[in-house]
Amino acid sequence: MSFKQQKYFYGDIPEDNTGENMSSPKTETKNEWPLWEVFVRSKQGLDHKHVGSLHATDAAMAMENARDVYTRRQEGVSIWVVESKHIHASNPEEAESFYEPAADKIYRHPGFYQLPDEVNHM
Amino acid sequence: MNNYLKDYLLYLADTSLILSQRNSEWCGHGPILEQDIAITNISLDLLGQSRNFYQYAATLIGDNATEDTLAYLRTEREFKNCLIAEQPKGDWAQTILRQFFLSAYQYLVYEKLQAYNNEQLAAIAAKALKEVTYHLRWSSEWVIRLGDGTEESRQRMLQATNELWRYTGEFFITVDYEKEMNIDVADLKIEWMKTVRAIFEEATLPIPDNTFMQTGGKKGIHTENLGFILAEMQYLQRTFPGANW
Repeated sequence: MSFKQQKYFYGDIPEDNTGENMSSPKTETKNEWPLWEVFVRSKQGLDHKHVGSLHATDAAMAMENARDVYTRRQEGVSIWVVESKHIHASNPEEAESFYEPAADKIYRHPGFYQLPDEVNHM
Repeated sequence: MNNYLKDYLLYLADTSLILSQRNSEWCGHGPILEQDIAITNISLDLLGQSRNFYQYAATLIGDNATEDTLAYLRTEREFKNCLIAEQPKGDWAQTILRQFFLSAYQYLVYEKLQAYNNEQLAAIAAKALKEVTYHLRWSSEWVIRLGDGTEESRQRMLQATNELWRYTGEFFITVDYEKEMNIDVADLKIEWMKTVRAIFEEATLPIPDNTFMQTGGKKGIHTENLGFILAEMQYLQRTFPGANW
């Protein structure tokens, strides 16, 4: 048995979900700068959160564009940018095999322990 | 002293305001969405800086002067902005290069001013310096990107250099109000050239030979461009005096 390997790019799952004829990501079509994903950390100690995407020719420009587009209202203290083509997305068609098996495995939640009374804040 | 300080504040304010007005012409017309936002952000930064200087100047002038009367009700000869600020926005290369030349200059001016023995002026300069540092970084990278880019972008940068270089001379001519405030801008030329040389080298652009330098803006003698800007910028207040939101 063999699996068909198909690379998907973030936001590029084709309409018909087959992935046929997908030779290159949409983001590199003629006259368009590469697409970048932007992650912003709103303050020290928190995680970077995905806030959106933008176009830029290189990492330095992506960083500056992110600063101008996504942090102009004091949204953040740190920015990550990553070219969208480096992000691999799960295929919606595979959702059944990917996510549904976890639905009936409640034993994976740590809710079955008897805690001593002295333990708070769990 | 206050008279010279007032003139100096107006010079700083006018340069920022006129450049802000010029950059704002890109609003909705930037080459791509992200750069449209970048240039209008810079435009708003500059507007904010000019407001700070105008507000301070208005307190010195008294006589019911406000930041609005200073921006909207003065004539060409009363504006003291550097000539480069009033030049047309041209293409993206020209807008970028103008920003680079002026940001590199403002950076040096504000850096010195933040240690000036006038607390309010120093505080405004210190705040503006943070913004200008970013403007300089942003415009520097664009100069490099275009200068060392395609044949087309390079040609446009050369054209822009040819167009704008002549307006950089007056940056370093100390005028009377600067002299009275013990500010010697001739000193800044070496540092400014160092910045320009470094970026131009990376952009593979030649530094222009010494050519004729157009001066006069700082003293209120302008190119024909300023009149058109003021006509547009001041129209509303001139037609409907005191109009408010």
